[in-house]
Amino acid sequence: MHGLQMIFLVLAVVALVSGGFVIFQRHPLRSALWLIVNFFAVAGIYLLAHAEFIAAIQVIVYAGAIMVLFLFVIMLLNLRQPEAEVRFMHLGQKVGGIVLAGFTVLLVIYTVGKVALPPGKSAPLGLGNTESIAKLLFTDYLLPFEVTSVLLLVAIVGAVVLAKSRLK
Amino acid sequence: MVVPVYCYLGLSAALFALGVIGVLIRRNVLVIMMCIEMMLNAVNVAFIGFADYFKAVDGQMFVFFVMTVAAAEVAVGLALIVAIFRNRGTVYVDELNILKW
Repeated sequence: MHGLQMIFLVLAVVALVSGGFVIFQRHPLRSALWLIVNFFAVAGIYLLAHAEFIAAIQVIVYAGAIMVLFLFVIMLLNLRQPEAEVRFMHLGQKVGGIVLAGFTVLLVIYTVGKVALPPGKSAPLGLGNTESIAKLLFTDYLLPFEVTSVLLLVAIVGAVVLAKSRLK
Repeated sequence: MVVPVYCYLGLSAALFALGVIGVLIRRNVLVIMMCIEMMLNAVNVAFIGFADYFKAVDGQMFVFFVMTVAAAEVAVGLALIVAIFRNRGTVYVDELNILKW
């Protein structure tokens, strides 16, 4: 097996195991910490796929900013006691949820498997990764880029409004 | 293209399934939001895999925009959760049933 394939396998296993821990940890704080591990593993996979800029953004924005926000809120809410034990009423829901999720994914895999992909290209990207993204961002994707800035502004205003005024 | 594109798609599907399971079986709304983040990440993995497969940067652009939307969603969602917790004193979705009436 190729070395890079081995690295991919290790990163994938780390991502899946830490993702499982996110779900099955009782305390949300531990879920958040395992989610950071998951994000780092996914960032490594981005690196393997020659998406260096996206990998850096993944670590900075996801593992950095978003998870710090999550940890702040978890500590702000001060949820000392972990989630209550499984009540019998919820057990059916849980099994049903797992079965439903598995069925959905099998359906997706079946559908994707039926699509014949056109052969990929083996030519390397002409430019450096960050440079090519920047070129595309400021030419073809200029309008979505500007709309994104408006979206972030709306999110800031919304968060401030929600944080300041109490819901009646 | 050392890693075949099907590996990326499989990992993406598995991560997405984990996110769906988390959303369906957990009661804590914070953990549910974390699982939504995980699902967004799963979709990003598929985008990146295809971007590598077709040697096109457009897939990476979409990941960029998905991340921006995720950041905005988390900011507003967490503000909502804090507001709900102040008002109702709980973060468990089975106790937030006021819209059922």
